[in-house]
Amino acid sequence: MNISRRRFFGVAGAMISSAAVGNAKNACAGRQPKAPPNPYGCVVDLTACVGCRTCEQACNRVNHLPPPEERLDDRTVLDHKRRPSTSAFTVINRYYSGRLDAQNQLVPTYVKVQCMHCQDPACASACITGALHKKENGAVNYDKSRCVGCRYCLVACPFQIPAYEYFDPLTPRVRKCTFCYDRIRQDEKPGCAAACPMEAITFGHRQTLLEVTHRKIAANPVRYLNKVYGEFEVGGTSWMYISREPFEKLGFLTLPHYPMPHLTETIQHGIFAYMWAPITLFAILAGVMWKINPQQMNHAPGFQAQEDPI
Amino acid sequence: MSSHDHPKPAPLEIKFWTPGVLVLFAVMLIGFCFIIARYLGGLAVVTNLDNQHPWGLWIGIDVATGVALAAGGFTTAAIAHVFGRHQYEAVTRPALLTATLGYTFVAIGLAIDVGRSWALPKPLLFWQGNSVLFEVAMCVVVYTHVLYIEFVPIVVERFRGRVNLPGPFSLVNDRIERLLTLADGILDKTMWVFIIAGVVLSCMHQSGLGSLMLIAPTKLHPLWYTPILPLLFLTSAIAAGYPMVVFETTVATASFKRADEMEVLAPLTGVTKYLLGIYITLKIGDMIFRETYVYLFDGSIEGRSFIVEMLAMIIPWFMLMSKRLRAKRHTLFVACTTIVLGIALNRCNVFLIGFNPPYAVNSYFPSISEMAITACLLCSITFFYRLAVTYLPVLSAPSLASLEKES
Repeated sequence: MNISRRRFFGVAGAMISSAAVGNAKNACAGRQPKAPPNPYGCVVDLTACVGCRTCEQACNRVNHLPPPEERLDDRTVLDHKRRPSTSAFTVINRYYSGRLDAQNQLVPTYVKVQCMHCQDPACASACITGALHKKENGAVNYDKSRCVGCRYCLVACPFQIPAYEYFDPLTPRVRKCTFCYDRIRQDEKPGCAAACPMEAITFGHRQTLLEVTHRKIAANPVRYLNKVYGEFEVGGTSWMYISREPFEKLGFLTLPHYPMPHLTETIQHGIFAYMWAPITLFAILAGVMWKINPQQMNHAPGFQAQEDPI
Repeated sequence: MSSHDHPKPAPLEIKFWTPGVLVLFAVMLIGFCFIIARYLGGLAVVTNLDNQHPWGLWIGIDVATGVALAAGGFTTAAIAHVFGRHQYEAVTRPALLTATLGYTFVAIGLAIDVGRSWALPKPLLFWQGNSVLFEVAMCVVVYTHVLYIEFVPIVVERFRGRVNLPGPFSLVNDRIERLLTLADGILDKTMWVFIIAGVVLSCMHQSGLGSLMLIAPTKLHPLWYTPILPLLFLTSAIAAGYPMVVFETTVATASFKRADEMEVLAPLTGVTKYLLGIYITLKIGDMIFRETYVYLFDGSIEGRSFIVEMLAMIIPWFMLMSKRLRAKRHTLFVACTTIVLGIALNRCNVFLIGFNPPYAVNSYFPSISEMAITACLLCSITFFYRLAVTYLPVLSAPSLASLEKES
């Protein structure tokens, strides 16, 4: 029995460790990153944003959400950090990086928060029914008709974006920025980008945007850090940011450059390719049973077995 | 074979309603009221869940711990049926019953937890092979059915030749009788397929549960985030199987005043010392390899929780190493209960305590009503366990009264 046990652990161990090695070798083994070939994207220029929150208002209008609770001229709303919610898919937060202006006043930086529309999204990989899906045009789309409400997407999202309608007893939805799916499908700007009076949000094809943005950074090395947040984070995102202040001082997370689903999908597809692992385990156990306990294969265990003369 | 010496499983034929059962029933009723509240006002009314903490007590205890502790079902089936150690046949039926009830209530707990309970069968329609949760869900669905199939012979044994429905139902007596005979005939020849399938499905989803959190490397604390987390979940579930059987058998035999079954339980935990040893070795090895021991004594709640979790494995492991302690009912029970609690803490650590959403403004602690619903589910399992062993041939330990009469 010990040998079979050990052999079984060997199999299980090999399954997992092959998956783990696959992870270490990254690009050469295991899962290939996924991304639509030519998605749309947006670049938010944090040096241009003045925190007027017009984008919040436009977002709520386009997505048929109630208007923002706090009036746009109420600046106290910026005194605490907000997160996107079921009634606000985008919010503006204010950060002080420590930089002082000529009058020795702290210079604020305003950061717009919304779904990043990852190129290879964790939420879509996690979703049990495929209710979340990365579309060709770049939007990570939510289909409530498939949703079960398990909230694994909320667990998976590295940017902590999806919000859940916890007050709805039977038909709660996952709520998040839609990238104005219906608008960008017709090659229109998303609501927030169209509304921004400072033109801080540039909309376009992601690849083109990256080229333009890098030229812009190179032309203005004093105004911008040489980094586009979202170019590489979690395998790339459709929404990206440029800034003068270090991103970690503005509430941005330092994230790995590989897609979040890498390890889980490598393990899953490693074990379940052609169902080899379950089939092998079944065969081994059947072999063990046939060798050690053959009467089991002719009669169910329990009362019959006890009545059988052995 | 010692299975011939051991008495056959039989219905207990005891009085069902006792003061203790009434208390169980009261807890169930209270929890049921909160379940109604959940379906009237939504999850927000009864839980402390929020967008930062989407999974709470129900996932940590009802689902993750429930699945891990139901491992007694497939581990006893493996040792007695696959590896042919017939001396352990006596514990397979109670373990099977616990597993069946456990998985049933995992499903019920999940149905309460998901936002759209009515949509719970949707994964059967919309397959999403990239999702770990999809794999776990499919395995749990299939395995629950396998458990019920494995349970059929117990029902057949009880009612075959005795189907005697009253009044108008007596018309179908004959048909039910034939159905039982048919099921018995088919299962007698095919049960081995279900037994092995049960072990395979268990290995798949026990490890799958561990893969769940691997999609959130930035949120799960490094003490638990490891690529071998699926292997750790699998080995810990296998290690927890027999201690759970000891826990539940000891509680059952003590409360039903039956013989303590120590002649089965003590050698069974002799296997556990190896299984638990493998898990502890992997766990400590992983900690050393990834150098996560730096978090152990940083004063954080995670570090302390990890230490408690490990002690709840290591201390009983040393207790099981001693044959003398293993042979004593009380020390064996203490050791096994500690392991069971340690596994529960491990699952809660992975899903709740070690889960650190970066923008969280508050931390999660379960609400009274969440605890009440969890208590309701646990009491329901106990209630239906008692119901099943009262009327079905599950337990085989002789009653203490009959033993006294013999002597």
